[in-house]
Amino acid sequence: MKLKFQPDNNGYYGQFGGAFIPELLYPNVKELEDNYIQIIASDSFQKEYKDLLKHYVGRPSPLYLAKRLSEKYGATIYLKREDLNHTGAHKVNNTIGQILIAKHLGKTKILAETGAGQHGVATATVCALMGLECIVFMGATDIKRQAPNVARMKMLGAKVVPATSGSKTLKDATNEAIRYWIQHPDTYYLIGSVVGPHPYPDMVARLQAVISEEMKVQLKEQTGNENPDTIIACVGGGSNAAGAFYHYLDDEEVELIAVEAAGLGVNSGESAATSQLGEVGVIHGSKTILMQDEYGQIVEPYSISAGLDYPGVGPLHAYLHETKRATFMNATDKEALDAAYELTKIEGIIPALETAHALAVLSKMDLQKNQVVVINLSGRGDKDLETYIKHLE
Amino acid sequence: MNSIQQIFNQKENDLLSIFFTAGFPKLNDTTKVIAELSNSGVDFIEVGLPYSDPLADGPTIQHSSDVALKNGMNLDVVFQQLAAIKDSNSTPLVLMGYLNQMIKYGEDTFCQKVKDCGIDTVIIPDLPMVEYESHYQQLFDTYGISNVFLITPHTSEERIRKIDNLTNAFIYVVASASITGAKGEVSEEQINYFKRIQAMNLKSKLIVGFGISDNQTFTTACEYANGAIIGSAFIKQLDRNGIKGIDRFVNSIKRV
Repeated sequence: MKLKFQPDNNGYYGQFGGAFIPELLYPNVKELEDNYIQIIASDSFQKEYKDLLKHYVGRPSPLYLAKRLSEKYGATIYLKREDLNHTGAHKVNNTIGQILIAKHLGKTKILAETGAGQHGVATATVCALMGLECIVFMGATDIKRQAPNVARMKMLGAKVVPATSGSKTLKDATNEAIRYWIQHPDTYYLIGSVVGPHPYPDMVARLQAVISEEMKVQLKEQTGNENPDTIIACVGGGSNAAGAFYHYLDDEEVELIAVEAAGLGVNSGESAATSQLGEVGVIHGSKTILMQDEYGQIVEPYSISAGLDYPGVGPLHAYLHETKRATFMNATDKEALDAAYELTKIEGIIPALETAHALAVLSKMDLQKNQVVVINLSGRGDKDLETYIKHLE
Repeated sequence: MNSIQQIFNQKENDLLSIFFTAGFPKLNDTTKVIAELSNSGVDFIEVGLPYSDPLADGPTIQHSSDVALKNGMNLDVVFQQLAAIKDSNSTPLVLMGYLNQMIKYGEDTFCQKVKDCGIDTVIIPDLPMVEYESHYQQLFDTYGISNVFLITPHTSEERIRKIDNLTNAFIYVVASASITGAKGEVSEEQINYFKRIQAMNLKSKLIVGFGISDNQTFTTACEYANGAIIGSAFIKQLDRNGIKGIDRFVNSIKRV
């Protein structure tokens, strides 16, 4: 990898990143920063990580040529099937990696936050696998709208703690998780996206990079060229997009499209389109683009999808936006729902609501017949059935 | 010499500082609370700038922030309120807020307004030392503002020594690995930590905070440091008894 899109020693991508943490968390974050690259690079980690990805997660995930979707939009559209991973989303790539890192550091208690519950389930799963204690913070609102995932986490032995402050969604679950971490510095905080203080954004991106690594091999096999023309991925914090983009970041001829949740419309006041509505600020330990008012109070975002209603984006994405390396688009609740129904009908795949936002931009693009497009199908829609059925009626 | 150092020159030990949130319980209570605290003989006052997502604060202070924001508190209002008492108030004020507020408001504008209010000391818990050194030290120096650093039981000696050299206000000794408002008495482990810091013979004064709630915990903290800060316990009593209960509360804390 070239260095252009990797953070510097202080965790900065251009002006974004860093580690804006209270002194109380300094030793934990420093310990991780000093060790993560070395651990990830070690033979023992790589062997165990790859072994678990293959035999436990079920990787490589297929790269599926979606013929009917391609016909409909007049392009060659591939779906990277992260929904077929164990636990149903890309999130597990990261939790498998971080649980091994936590074990290397001698940690026995794991802490996580979750929005849609996919990261919570993935964390609870790897904790069960490794026999570690697991506490997951989840917004009280999200607990209601993602009930199947809450049930799964509990069955897996995790303690699910409702976050009742603020909008009671992902942002607040993250605040509560960080507060818990401050009070229990012996725990390992397993962050689920490319957000948080350095080294989390870089560490999570490296662990999700398996997505683009596989894409290169699979595209080469199927098309003869390892580079697609376009990669599309949805962005809340941005971990699935970071994984899908990672090995292509320096191949500037590959178009990268990040899709945010517009909610009821970018300018409706009920939106989570951070790149359009945000300004430079600090949230959850990193400097990034952030939805905020004129006094720096964080604005509560809105999206029908619990995984995308986050008021910031990861610092790498803020940098991709600023440098225009990635194009930021957005989709409303309705557009996402329509795209989900469409994929279900013509390809027999029920996508997660988050992923549906990525699918929704196909109709807004000027696609060419020979254009090879990969959409990162980040997760499956089982958890969203209630929402889908409600809106179908 | 900044205002806090002047206080330390007059009084070495048993300094009592009280934290409260600007605009709580009512929007225009900020200056009234300061006046009451000042009359009650508090040595310096920490004014919290209410923030939507206060990571280092516990539920009590977070609640006071929520109320203050709903009351309509913002940086413009608080700076107006504080500027209005600049000449009448003789008790030094320390501003506590989160970095994002300062960034969005404009770092220079923020510092200028702080200065205009006659305040020369700030606490920004999510401003780490490395960022302070690379950027904020120069900015604060320009406006004559001192930054208070926090240390915890897990902060290394090397880091504490560095902080001691970087600050000319005081070192905020976080009593335990906790967010604000954590309950409990002062444990033996904490006392060993206080003794360890005391034995380092730092040039900076030491003020203990987090978990100090009554006369007993205040008295214990003062045995090992120059003073202590009370926040959550004060906010709770302010919520319960309002401004008229301040004098009694402060007198119940003071070391006798």
